[in-house]
Amino acid sequence: MQVELKGITKRFGSVVANNGVDLTIRPGEVLGLLGENGAGKSTLMNVLCGLYSPTEGEIIINGTPVRFEGPGDAIRAGIGMVHQHFMLIPVFSVAENVVLGIEPVGRFDHLDLETARTQVRRLSEEYGLSVDPDAIVETLPVGVQQRVEIIKVLFREADVLILDEPTAVLTPQEVDEFFQIVRSLCDTGKAIVFITHKLNEILEISDRISVIRRGEIVGSGDPKQLTRPDLAEMMVGHPVDFNVERAPFDPGEVILNVSDLTVLHDDGAIAVNRLSLQVRSGEVVGIAGVQGNGQSALIEALAGLRMPAGGIVLFDGTDITAASPRARHRMGIAHIPEDRQAAGLIGSFTVAENMVLDTYYDARFSRGGSIDWARVNAVAESAARDYDVRTPSIHSDAAHLSGGNQQKLIVARELSRDTRLLIAGQPTRGLDVGSIAYIHARLMAARDEGDGILIVSSELDEILSVSDRILVMFKGRIVAEYEPGKTPVDKGTIGLAMAGAAT
Amino acid sequence: MEKAVSGRVIGRTQFEDLVLVPLYAFVAALVLGAVVMFATGVDLATIGQSFVALVRGSVGSLNAVSETLTAAAPLVLAGLGLALGFRAGLFNIGAEGQVIMGGLAAVVAGVALGGMPAIVALPLSILAGALAGALYAGIAGWLRAATGAHEVISTIMLNLISYRLLDYLLRTPLIQKEGRDDPISKSIPEVAELPRLLTFIDVNLRVHAGIFLMLAMVAVAYWLLFRSKLGFEFRASGENAIAARFAGINAGMTIVLAMCVAGALAGLAGANQVLGVLDRATPGFSAGIGFDAIAVALLGRSHPVGVLFAGLLFGALEAGGRQMQVDAGVSIDLIGIIQALIIVFIAAPLLVRALFPWGFRRGPSKKEGS
Ligand SMILES: Nc1ncnc2c1ncn2[C@@H]1O[C@H](COP(=O)(O)OP(=O)(O)OP(=O)(O)O)[C@@H](O)[C@H]1O
Ligand SMILES: [Mg+2]
Repeated sequence: MQVELKGITKRFGSVVANNGVDLTIRPGEVLGLLGENGAGKSTLMNVLCGLYSPTEGEIIINGTPVRFEGPGDAIRAGIGMVHQHFMLIPVFSVAENVVLGIEPVGRFDHLDLETARTQVRRLSEEYGLSVDPDAIVETLPVGVQQRVEIIKVLFREADVLILDEPTAVLTPQEVDEFFQIVRSLCDTGKAIVFITHKLNEILEISDRISVIRRGEIVGSGDPKQLTRPDLAEMMVGHPVDFNVERAPFDPGEVILNVSDLTVLHDDGAIAVNRLSLQVRSGEVVGIAGVQGNGQSALIEALAGLRMPAGGIVLFDGTDITAASPRARHRMGIAHIPEDRQAAGLIGSFTVAENMVLDTYYDARFSRGGSIDWARVNAVAESAARDYDVRTPSIHSDAAHLSGGNQQKLIVARELSRDTRLLIAGQPTRGLDVGSIAYIHARLMAARDEGDGILIVSSELDEILSVSDRILVMFKGRIVAEYEPGKTPVDKGTIGLAMAGAAT
Repeated sequence: MEKAVSGRVIGRTQFEDLVLVPLYAFVAALVLGAVVMFATGVDLATIGQSFVALVRGSVGSLNAVSETLTAAAPLVLAGLGLALGFRAGLFNIGAEGQVIMGGLAAVVAGVALGGMPAIVALPLSILAGALAGALYAGIAGWLRAATGAHEVISTIMLNLISYRLLDYLLRTPLIQKEGRDDPISKSIPEVAELPRLLTFIDVNLRVHAGIFLMLAMVAVAYWLLFRSKLGFEFRASGENAIAARFAGINAGMTIVLAMCVAGALAGLAGANQVLGVLDRATPGFSAGIGFDAIAVALLGRSHPVGVLFAGLLFGALEAGGRQMQVDAGVSIDLIGIIQALIIVFIAAPLLVRALFPWGFRRGPSKKEGS
């Protein structure tokens, strides 16, 4: 099935998200779609899968123009999308999730799950997905949940699969498995649209690449003839410097001193196990590790959001083990939360309101009981400019910003006050290369000014490029430590430590 | 509209949400109300007559306006409290109980301060009402913050308690009217009464100084919600409790304070009733104000100005409804039906859009983005 997008324009009020986009999707081919945050990739794909109706332009399937009134129409036409945020019901089984909305029913409206099970099993075998139809979704790892989403789309007999940033949440091993699945889908003649910000991935898996910038297609090409810098330049419009500039490593006194810290999950299981670490002034400490090894609990404990079960946290020599989040903010601890949508921002608040989400109370913005909005607006305006937060205005809802700009907003908020220590969880997840470079540069500037920085990331490349010291976390403990400045380390060694080989 | 505070004019979506939907919901409810009358055997002439009476009784004369305002004041006051709670993510069903406690406290204070000059007695009585409402609602807030008990359940229970408590307290010597056996309070001394405003025109005009209280509280609620630190914390907690917690906002404290503020406003509504209209407390003096106020807050989209207009509308319906009963012999229960229908339509904006496509932006009505 061949799908053509012709002159697609999509406007949200005055925002032009897509502008006259032409794109062809061919069977048996992986089309890689690349673009900065906010370039309009998701919007374009939402138009294609019937979620948005285009302001102008048409969709042509096998030569016939079609109109989608909703996602139902698109799926009937054979176009299915796996969204970046999964849409599964956690307590249902795989089979139940797959049939949701189009449940096969027998006589007397009896839910015929048996047929569904068989079909899930068949699809799973056909494409090498290895998913058990009876497993409960919430017990499955993220990588498998994603395959459930894919089965959902296949079950609806889609010939075109749109995958919006599918690898953002996967571990490197899962990515490899995922690529095999994509390949086998292609071999059976499915057309795949693959969106990602990871340039090496898109070069590896795509048959064709299209680059979108500010809502327009600015170039396409053959991955065999393109390099990472080429792609980055096409995306951003100017060459991107992948090297992180930094002053020579010259750490000062210890700012954060964690000893014997034990933190429990909500269910009482041990998340962080008698962990000790230090962060010094002017130092970036990177914590590498496969997700789910206690990193989130560690950050929460350090930010005051989870009470440790044992151990001591000293900040500048003061015991802050039991200090409230607000008290920590006041002392100069900044925190960039892992989950920016859920914890870092309030989507329905404006950019300006979000800019002061954790500083609104201080003397800069408040007099007596009331907030000085004129002052907030002025500060938000200049912070948004300084940190390159692209938004129609500071009065737009934060939810309408693209992922990269949301993250820049959070970074702007956290760094535009007096900080001594910055704790950052997955600071560049889902961001485009330009934004990543920008945020790294900002972190480095903070480091060079003498801040201590603790970064947790499951992105090994990121850890390697920013850290002065690397700690590997595995099952709640630090199992290895490297100092790249002293002795060069390679990815393989760290990767093994991440998998637990160092214990 | 809160966006206007930070410098943006009312957006298209907000216009649809704040103005069009409520307006159409009202029209649809009126039409359905007529259908209900017709279905129950009321002839068309009477239906027409009753709608004329509705208008006459609510805005048709000075007395009608006075009645509308009198009925609106407590609804707006309690509605503001509920709106603040909604903004903070709290579904407070307990305004009725808070109205009762506020009214009772105002009676006690008013009676006790009978010997004082009005400049002391009146403000203190009003304050007593607010305080009692705040404390009573604070119980539910504290239960939620400390134990996680859901405020819907606890406020419903507190309502039930307040009914019995009222019956009981009205028979205690401190409150019960001298020489009476039935549950009725002493009368409010003149110094603690909210003065009537238009008696110089006609002694029967009931509108009283409570409407200034109402307007002042609209302004206070607006300031609180959109200008103050506390309001910022309320809204942040209501919109995204996790992000609010991460930003260092104390969730438990916010819940307790939001409940207290909501209760204070409901308490004011109770004080407004006993000090301005009823002159005493009796069983059932709250007359469902706390429940109607839920509808007012919803109709007003939890925005102080919206609540003001919604309260005025409900006040008008109540005043007009009484006239309707007199003129056309139609039961005032019909007004209850119309009020309920308005809320049903408000709760189903898609239905409203389907029925009244005019003025809405074209395109799929589903939410784009989030
Ligand atoms: N519902 C909406 N209302 C208003 N503007 C929107 C809406 N959805 C998206 N936008 C705007 O449209 C533009 C394109 O957004 P889109 O989400 O398509 O970007 P993207 O390329 O997918 O970015 P990312 O890589 O961050 O996911 C952005 O400027 C965004 O702010
Ligand atoms: Mg996107």
